[in-house]
Amino acid sequence: MQRQFEQIPSALQKRWRINEAVLQSILVLCGLFSIFTTVLIVFELGKESMLFFRSEDVSLIEFFTGTRWQPQIAEFGILPLVNATLMTTIIAVLIALPLGMGVAIYLSEYASERARKIIKPALELLAGIPTVVYGYFALTFMTPFLRSIFGQGVVEIYNTASAGIVMGILILPLISSMSEDALNAVPRSLREAAYGLGATRLETALQVVVPAALSGIAAAVIVGLSRAIGETMIVAIAAGAGPNFTLNPFKAAETMTGHIVRISGGDLSYASIDYNSIFAIGLLLFFLTLSLNLINQRIVRRFREVYE
Amino acid sequence: MRLSQVGHTRPGIPPRQLFAQDKPRDLHRRYQVGYLWQVIFLASTIAGFIALSALLYNIINQSFGYVAIQNEVEPGSLAADGIALVDLPKETLVEVLQQNISAGLFRRLERDQPFNQRSREDVYVLIIERVVKPRIVKTWTLVDSIFHRREILAELAEKQLGARLQFRSWLHPRLLTSPQSSIPLQAGVRTAILGSLWTIAITVLFAFPLGVGAAIYLEEYATDNLINRLIQTNISNLAGVPSIIYGILGLAVFVRTLEPIMSGTFLGLSDPTSANGRTILSAGLTLGLLVLPLIIINSQEAIRAVPQTLRQASYGLGATRWQTVWYHVLPNAIPGILTGSILSISRAFGETAPMVVVGASTFITFDPTTPFSKFTTLPIQIYQWTSRPQAEFRNLAAATIIVLLILLLSLNAWAIFFRNRFSRKFV
Repeated sequence: MQRQFEQIPSALQKRWRINEAVLQSILVLCGLFSIFTTVLIVFELGKESMLFFRSEDVSLIEFFTGTRWQPQIAEFGILPLVNATLMTTIIAVLIALPLGMGVAIYLSEYASERARKIIKPALELLAGIPTVVYGYFALTFMTPFLRSIFGQGVVEIYNTASAGIVMGILILPLISSMSEDALNAVPRSLREAAYGLGATRLETALQVVVPAALSGIAAAVIVGLSRAIGETMIVAIAAGAGPNFTLNPFKAAETMTGHIVRISGGDLSYASIDYNSIFAIGLLLFFLTLSLNLINQRIVRRFREVYE
Repeated sequence: MRLSQVGHTRPGIPPRQLFAQDKPRDLHRRYQVGYLWQVIFLASTIAGFIALSALLYNIINQSFGYVAIQNEVEPGSLAADGIALVDLPKETLVEVLQQNISAGLFRRLERDQPFNQRSREDVYVLIIERVVKPRIVKTWTLVDSIFHRREILAELAEKQLGARLQFRSWLHPRLLTSPQSSIPLQAGVRTAILGSLWTIAITVLFAFPLGVGAAIYLEEYATDNLINRLIQTNISNLAGVPSIIYGILGLAVFVRTLEPIMSGTFLGLSDPTSANGRTILSAGLTLGLLVLPLIIINSQEAIRAVPQTLRQASYGLGATRWQTVWYHVLPNAIPGILTGSILSISRAFGETAPMVVVGASTFITFDPTTPFSKFTTLPIQIYQWTSRPQAEFRNLAAATIIVLLILLLSLNAWAIFFRNRFSRKFV
């Protein structure tokens, strides 16, 4: 055998080709660029946040426990911003989770194949609409609607309820589409076994199919959560300008993302503490969504039920 | 054996009262409950559609409708020699303008741009702006205009005597061709559309080659080692980072640190209009970073869909790795890559938050000419008009939303076209 290899003419042997090597290194660089982006994000956010926390007006403890965010009088407590973010996010999930599950179960367990092929892309259209359009919708439709139901005196023009509900509409297709994929991936044999045992369609759906697809559904909800936390334009337009520590969803309150947009909208001086503060808020936002993403990946990997 | 005991045999389902009762009356009840829930599931699907329709209804409702307009000077009184103002030649228009505004203002306008260099249309717009000064008293929505016409007329007759009622489509050709203006009747989105196109062009030039390159590397070259797994995890994490974080990154890196490059001063192109690195180039690169992970993920999927047999055949004929990629993998993956990339780009097209942070100008009236120009984009324009308190700007925003949605729809139509036209089926 060894002999035969030696007899291969040199022209046919594998050669080191310069252009192959150059192209491969270019491709490696393309691949590494994404790592570079992440490093850049962490570095820039970290650097400016350091400057922010080193400033004498700010202390870490005050940052995480203070209930007032008023840069003019050097009050930097992030709780009002976090509170507003949580409120809009929770309202959004309260809207999107039940509705999204309903849509997903209907599409995967009840709807005919033809109806599914029409309804699913139509709902995904909702996900393709730019968020600024949702912001417009929240301000010019949802807010007047809420005001006409609960009264002009109760609901302020800018409020977290309206922003949260519209945000729920935004993440609804995301949750329903991903959950439907998860439900659809549950093998037919499980359903047939349940039917064979005399279960009704509902019992099969709720007690067999949904538990089997739970990891996929959880992943969908987490993706929706992380999307809602980072969502900016809806809250920037409809939730109000000015931090406000309140639990009343009908009052105006500024979220983390809304604050960043408002502060950076004007001509921002690089030397100001406002400039540094958006990086600190950004860093917190980055870690929040990053941990949600990591949890999501963990869930998908660990709890994925594999059926043969 | 009772049905409930069957559950014990499958470890995945906990032993609970699954379908315990099988008496006929209970069966009837179980079907009823099932039916009720089916209605609830159907209702939530319908609710999703109602949301979609409400969104569209709201936008269309705001884009058309009656407006009551008051003119400071009636255009009829400006007509010269029996020719209506609209049809007058440019020279006469300049005269009309000169007669009706103060000499100081006329000199200032002349200094901004000499009148013999201005177009006829420009002079006409000046007359409308400076002399006629139409002012919107009130606007109505489409539904009100159709169903409450009589009330509107009555209200008008009662209050504003000078105002003239006009049915106005806020979406009209002038919206596309005229630049931004502080007068809602004149304002258009020409600068914003051009700004959007410029920005997206930069984004595509930057992100498409880089993204496809990374996807080729990950699918065709990378071995399963720590670094490559890290790259892969990192990409899916980057795809989940909120867009505003990219805006902050763009502000710190492109606008601030790389300011001389981004504003073009390193080329000696000190464009006096470009402000501190807040340029099209900065914005395009920021959006590029934003869509890069999406393009990589989509391209990877397209490349993965090319059957392994094609690669093996190519290698078997003695092709090198790059030859295999270039002549066999890429031609078969390109429809998928294009479809995925166009969808990612259409996401970038609608992005607003990072553009605000990077510093899109809210008010510019001149067209962008180089990548180093100041800019505004369609979503920014919508955001800016929406945040104004006057109702007429909301109408403008609604019309602009329709423009934006039509542009996005046509982008997506391209994506579907590529998928259907060039997709090959491997049997």
